[in-house]
Amino acid sequence: MRAVSRPSGLACLLLASNPSYADYQLNLEPGVTSFSQGAYDIHTIVMWICVVIGIIVYGAMTYSILNHRKSNNPNPAKFDDNTTVEILWTVIPVLILLGIAVPATKVLMAMEDTSNSDMSIKVTGYQWKWHYDYVGEDVSFFSNMSTTQEQINNKEAKGEHYLLEVDNKMVIPTNKKVRFLFTSSDVIHAWWVPAFGVKKDAIPGFINESWAEVPEPGIYRGQCAELCGANHGFMPIVVEAKSEEDYLAWLDEKKAEQAAASASAEKTWTMEELMAHGETTYNTYCAACHQVGGEGLPNVFPAIKGSPVSVGDVGKHIDIVINGVAGTGMQAFGPQLNDADLAAIITYERNAWGNNTGDIVQPSDVKAAR
Amino acid sequence: MNAVIEEHHDHDHKPSGLGRWLFSTNHKDIGSMYLWFAFTMFFVGGALALIIRAELFQPGMQIVEPEFFNQLTTLHGLIMVFGVIMPAFVGLANWQLPMMIGAPDMALPRMNNWSFWLLPAAFGLLLASLAMSIMGMGSAPNFGWTFYAPLSTTYGPDSTDYFIFSVHLMGISSVMGAINVIATIMNMRAPGMNYMKMPIFVWTWFITAYLLIAVMPVLAGAVTMMLTDRHFGTSFFNAAGGGDPVMFQHIFWFFGHPEVYIMILPAFGIISQIVPTFSRKPLFGYSSMVYATASIAFLSFIVWAHHMFTTGMPVAGELFFMYSTMLIAVPTGVKVFNWISTMWRGALTFETPMLFAVAFIFLFTMGGFTGLMLCIVPADFQYHDTYFVVAHFHYVLVTGAAFSIMAAVYYWLPKWTGNMYDETLGKWHFWLTCISANVLFFPMHFVGLAGMPRRIPDYALQFAEFNQMASVGAFVFGFSQLIFLYVVIKCVRGGQKATTEVWEGAKGLEFELPSPAPFHSYTTPPQVK
Repeated sequence: MRAVSRPSGLACLLLASNPSYADYQLNLEPGVTSFSQGAYDIHTIVMWICVVIGIIVYGAMTYSILNHRKSNNPNPAKFDDNTTVEILWTVIPVLILLGIAVPATKVLMAMEDTSNSDMSIKVTGYQWKWHYDYVGEDVSFFSNMSTTQEQINNKEAKGEHYLLEVDNKMVIPTNKKVRFLFTSSDVIHAWWVPAFGVKKDAIPGFINESWAEVPEPGIYRGQCAELCGANHGFMPIVVEAKSEEDYLAWLDEKKAEQAAASASAEKTWTMEELMAHGETTYNTYCAACHQVGGEGLPNVFPAIKGSPVSVGDVGKHIDIVINGVAGTGMQAFGPQLNDADLAAIITYERNAWGNNTGDIVQPSDVKAAR
Repeated sequence: MNAVIEEHHDHDHKPSGLGRWLFSTNHKDIGSMYLWFAFTMFFVGGALALIIRAELFQPGMQIVEPEFFNQLTTLHGLIMVFGVIMPAFVGLANWQLPMMIGAPDMALPRMNNWSFWLLPAAFGLLLASLAMSIMGMGSAPNFGWTFYAPLSTTYGPDSTDYFIFSVHLMGISSVMGAINVIATIMNMRAPGMNYMKMPIFVWTWFITAYLLIAVMPVLAGAVTMMLTDRHFGTSFFNAAGGGDPVMFQHIFWFFGHPEVYIMILPAFGIISQIVPTFSRKPLFGYSSMVYATASIAFLSFIVWAHHMFTTGMPVAGELFFMYSTMLIAVPTGVKVFNWISTMWRGALTFETPMLFAVAFIFLFTMGGFTGLMLCIVPADFQYHDTYFVVAHFHYVLVTGAAFSIMAAVYYWLPKWTGNMYDETLGKWHFWLTCISANVLFFPMHFVGLAGMPRRIPDYALQFAEFNQMASVGAFVFGFSQLIFLYVVIKCVRGGQKATTEVWEGAKGLEFELPSPAPFHSYTTPPQVK
C-alpha cells in the first residue's frame, strides 16, 4: 500500500546498519485515491522543476567558486549590470510558474468538489480522540489510540503499528464517494490520512468538508496534524475500506453492538463486573491525563488516587465526570460515554489504587444524575 | 602629554561600569547589547531544541512528558524568532547603519536605549513561566509559537498572560526600533548619498522597518483580543460565543507572513554587502536588488493565508493565495541570480564571512525550493503541518537568517573590535555548522514526506532512522556554536590589528573609519560622490 522508495548511496550506507525499525520512506506516497494521486503528481512535477533549476543555479555557482577564485582569476571583471539577462531571469521564472499553476489549479478544482457523494461521515475531534458519526445510520462511536502506555514508556516492546492503531476503526465501503464532515468539540484538530491525500482542520463551531473514494480494500493510517494539546501525538486515525457487502455486514454488527450496550445499562452490575469494565474503560478514556496508576501529573492533571473527589461524596464525583470542569482540560464525559461505561469508570476510580471506598455506582445512578 | 591629548580627543563622555550600559544612548553600545542578548538567547533556545531532539532520538517517551514537550517547542520557537533573529538584526542595524550612511549615531538615541531594555523584561516574563514550570508551579505556554485559538485562549495555561504581556513588550520594542531606523535613514544620510546610493543593507533594513511598523501592532491586537477573551468575557475567537477561531489565524498570519520577511530581508542586505567584497567586484544589478526587496515586502502582505490551506477556505481563496505566493519566487530568484552574477568572473576568496554567505545562497535557495512546493495547494494538503514544513522553515531561518547573522558578525567584527578574529577557528566553526545543519535539517524533508506530523513528542517506527540522524546533527550543530562564542570573545580581547579597510575588496563608508570605529562614528559627515 505504501510506496517504499529505496534510497541510494550515502543514505543507504548510513541506514543499512539499523534493521530493527519498520520500513522507512523517502518520498510522498501516491496513495489510493484520485485526490492523493493528484497531489503526488503535482508534487513530482514541482520537485523535478526545482531539481532542474537547482542543477543550473548550483552548477553556475560551483563553476564560479572553482574557476573564478582569486588564485585562478586575479583580475576581476568590472560589469555590474545587464538589462537583457535581468529581463530574461524575470520572465522565464514567470513562465515556469504559469506552467505549474495550470495543472495545480486543475487538481485542486477536482479535489474541492464534494458534490454527489454516496454517504457522509461526521468526524469530530476531541482531546485526544476521534468520534465518527455515520450520518443517517444511527451508528456512532469514538476511536481511541490502542497503543499501550507500557509501549510508549518503553516497558514493553513496540508493536508493528506503534502509535498508529486504534480500538474502533472507521470503516468505509470501497468505490463509493464518501463525504467527510469535520468539526471539533474543543480545540482545532486536523484529520489526515496520507493515502487519501485528505488533510482538513476540525474546527469548533465550523464544519469542513472533504471526500475520498477508495478503489481497493485495505487499512489506511494517519494522525492528527494540528497541535491540539498534550496528547496531540497520540490520536491516530485508522480507516478500513471494505467491499460494500462487508461494509454493510459491519454496519449491522455495529448497530447490534450499540443496542447491546444500551441494554446492559439497564441491568444491575456486580462489583467485579464494574471493576473489570472500569479498568479497560478508564485506561482508554482517562489514563492519558490521570495516568494508569491514577497519580495524575503534578500541577497539570490532578491525581485520582486518594483525591477528595474520588474518596468523598459520590454525587459530586458523578457530576464531575458527567459534566466536566469548565475552564480546564476535564471534559464532560456525559455525552461521550454510555451509563454503563460511566458507572464502571466511577466505581473503578473509587476502589482502585487503595481508594477502597467500597462504593458501587450502578448505570441507573448515572442515568439519574444526568 | 600624549595621554592628555588623547583624553582631549576622546569626546565619549560615557559613564563607566554598569551605568555605561544601563543608560547608554550610543548606537555601538546598544548594538553590542542587542547582539549579546541575541547570542545568549540563541544558547537558551538552542538548549531547548536539544532537549527536543534528545527526546526524538528514539521512538517512545524517554526524557520529558508530552505536556512539557509542547512547552519546549513553543518556547524554542518564540525565543528563536523574537529573542534571537530579530534582536540580532536590530543589533547589526544599530552598529552599522550610522557608519554606513555617514552619521554620528542613531536619530533617536534615548528611544534606542528604551527599546533595548524592554527586551530583557519581555524575555524575563517569558522565561519566568518556563522556570515556574520546571519548579512544578503550572505550565509554561504550550500552544506552539503560533498560539492558535482556542488552544491558547479557552484552553491556555495560566502563564498565557505572561506570554501576552511579553509579546506586547517585544512589539513595543520592535516598533520603536523600527521608527528609529526610519528616522535615521531618512534624516541622517551623508551629503550626496541619495536613496539609490544607499548600501543594500541600509535599503533592506529601511524596508524591514516599515514592515515592522505595519505588522507588530497587528500582533499586539491579536494578543490583546486573547487577553480579553480570557479575562473579560469577550468571544473574538470562541465559537461558542459567536466568535471565530479561524479569524485568529487570519490575524496572526497577517502579522506572521510579513514577519517571515522581517527575518530575511536584512539577511539579503548582509549577503549583498559581503559577496561583492570577497568577489572584488561591484554588486550586480543594484537597482533590481532594491526593487526586488520592495516587491517582496509588498507581496508579503497578500500571501498570509497560504499558512491556512487546510482550514477550509473557499477554492477562490486557495487559488488567490497560491498564485500570489508563487509570485514571490520571482523577486527572490532575481536576488539569487544577482548574487551569482556578482561572483561570476570575480576574484573570489573564501574567508569565513564569504563561506557563510555562499552557504547562505546555497541553502536559502533550498528553502526557497521547498517554499515553492509548499505553495501548491493540492500538494500542501500533504505537506501541511509535517516535518517537511519544519525542514523548510529551518532552511530559511537557520541556514538563511542565522547564517547571514554569523556572516555579518565575522565580516564586521574587525571593524567593531579593531582586531582580526581567528580565521582558522572561524573556518572550523563554519564547516562544522554547515555540515551539521544539513545532517540536522535535511532528513526532516524525508520524514515529513513520509507522513510525520510536526510538534509530536513520539512517532511511529518508520520515522526512527531519520530522526536519529537529525538528533545527531542537532548536537553537533549546538556544540559547534561554542566555537563561535570563543572566537568572538577572543577577538574582543585582542588579536592581529585590523586595517581601516579590513578586507581587500571592502567598499563603503564603514570601511573608511579607523578600526576600531570611533565611539561616535562620523562626527563630521563625509561627502559621497
